[in-house]
Amino acid sequence: MTELLEVRDLTVHFVTDAGVVEAVDAVSFGVRAGEILGVVGESGSGKSVTALAVLRLVGPPGRIVGGAVRFEGADLLALSEEQMRAVRGARISMVFQSPRTALNPVLTVGRQISRLFELHQGTSGREAWRRTLEMLTLVGIAEPERRARQYAHQLSGGMCQRVMIAMALATSPRLLLADEPTTGLDVSIAAQVLDLLRDLGRRTGAAIVLITHDLGVVAEVCDRVTVMHAGQLVEVADVRTLFTRPLHPYTQALVRSIPRIDRDVAMEPIPGAVPSLLMPEPGCRYADRCPRVLDVCRRERPVLLGAGPEHEVACHAVELEGAVAVR
Amino acid sequence: MRWRRLTGNRLSFAALCGILVVVAAALLAPWVAPHDPDETDAEATLSSVSLRHPLGTDIYGRDQLSRLIHAARVDLLVALSATAIALTLGSTLGALAGYRGGWVDHLLMRAVDAVMAFPAFILAMGITAALGNSTANVVAAIAITHVPIYTRLIRGEMLRVREMEYAEAARTVGNRPRQVILVHLFPNCVPPLIVQATLAMGFAVLTVAALSFIGLGIQPPQSEWGQMTAEGAGYVVSGEWWLVLFPGLAIMATVLAFNLLGDTLRDVLDPRMRGVR
Repeated sequence: MTELLEVRDLTVHFVTDAGVVEAVDAVSFGVRAGEILGVVGESGSGKSVTALAVLRLVGPPGRIVGGAVRFEGADLLALSEEQMRAVRGARISMVFQSPRTALNPVLTVGRQISRLFELHQGTSGREAWRRTLEMLTLVGIAEPERRARQYAHQLSGGMCQRVMIAMALATSPRLLLADEPTTGLDVSIAAQVLDLLRDLGRRTGAAIVLITHDLGVVAEVCDRVTVMHAGQLVEVADVRTLFTRPLHPYTQALVRSIPRIDRDVAMEPIPGAVPSLLMPEPGCRYADRCPRVLDVCRRERPVLLGAGPEHEVACHAVELEGAVAVR
Repeated sequence: MRWRRLTGNRLSFAALCGILVVVAAALLAPWVAPHDPDETDAEATLSSVSLRHPLGTDIYGRDQLSRLIHAARVDLLVALSATAIALTLGSTLGALAGYRGGWVDHLLMRAVDAVMAFPAFILAMGITAALGNSTANVVAAIAITHVPIYTRLIRGEMLRVREMEYAEAARTVGNRPRQVILVHLFPNCVPPLIVQATLAMGFAVLTVAALSFIGLGIQPPQSEWGQMTAEGAGYVVSGEWWLVLFPGLAIMATVLAFNLLGDTLRDVLDPRMRGVR
């Protein structure tokens, strides 16, 4: 299977006065052309930093200290800043969590979209404006002529997110990084935005990395899912397997923590909080919260091992059961 | 709507009118001045307020109203050019310091601190004294003393807006740092800049007048408010009160008008004050 994006052992550190924060620790995953990959995990598990690291936009004090990011055959970490700018917004684009604050308050939304055509395709003026209106129509905004001349504060939250999506898709990127695109929206608008993303992703053939902490969203739109905990990847599976046969204790806890109204099971919250990533201990970072913790968990970091087709998990306990095999 | 907020308050309306009158006088000086400002009238030296000379004449019999009107040109032009230069230079440095941070920020801020360590007026005096007191040097002196104000202001604003999500968004779509600053961030810093520039205009007018008052500013025969006040001061004891009163009033009214307008603008442009009367 050809991978559009391949991330290998990506490691991001933040150097602070108190010490080194290991925000992303040797994370590896792949994204295939046209698929929707979910990245789930609690707040602070390194999801957003991973996305920014792919675009090489982790600002100081953060730094990518290791790993490789291959996209369309090129190593993004080896590109010049100039070449990287040609990738950002044109080949890989990003949708942000809070559309209201991600849109510039002093530029009309139309201007913000048409600017992309100027930056990446050298078209400006009337042609860029025409295509801007096209994009607004594509994401389902009524009266694009009028809306394009308005500012973010004049639009509703859902409409702002549609504008963000129009911006992200304007230059027909191959990969879309969507960082919690529905967090600030109410449920019905969130569903519309997700449908729109999935639909447009399919139509343009762009792959989507959907970062979220909402497993409901994952179940609804994703093809495959990676689960992150405290800066490490703990499990990768196709969406069906993840919900029916989760292997990692953290994933199992996540699935159990979904409130159910169709079955009479109590929702179980996960004990503890995401551990501090400030100079963490070696070993599995879930050890302190894990019901199946072993001695080896505190000494050695588990590695991702194959547990079936389309299924990998990093857990010593699962490994001992013999449910996984080194590929 | 905002325009009405600006003119709705009686005080700010008066300030706006005052500025318009001074600006109109400056622009239309040759047409609205009743006499040539340098024309002497030997029969009416040191004559008091009259119909022929509404604000009196000086020792050479020059019409004071005409001299005041022509002085408005110089005062406003010098203040405006100095403000424009300081604003451009200060904003550029401030944007660079705020956006880049690190050693660029340190270097620029220490340089600004060094300029600010001098009392502004003493520094302006020093500059004109050292460079010679041509009009261009007065502009330069005032501009240099005003640069730190804008540098600090824009640096602070940049520190605020560069952390906004739209700054991040601008970077993720492939803007160059220069484009992020100019197209996406700077426009968000403009409101406080307008307020500052308006207040600084008043201060610049005061500084031109003060420099000229002590003889380091605009040189005679060109009339200038501060210099006219200085000349007139000598005649107070002998009873020719109009020679010091009217130029003094002109300075005071202009400076006050700019300050009032600046204060009103601050209220109008402050987002927290929106919708409040």
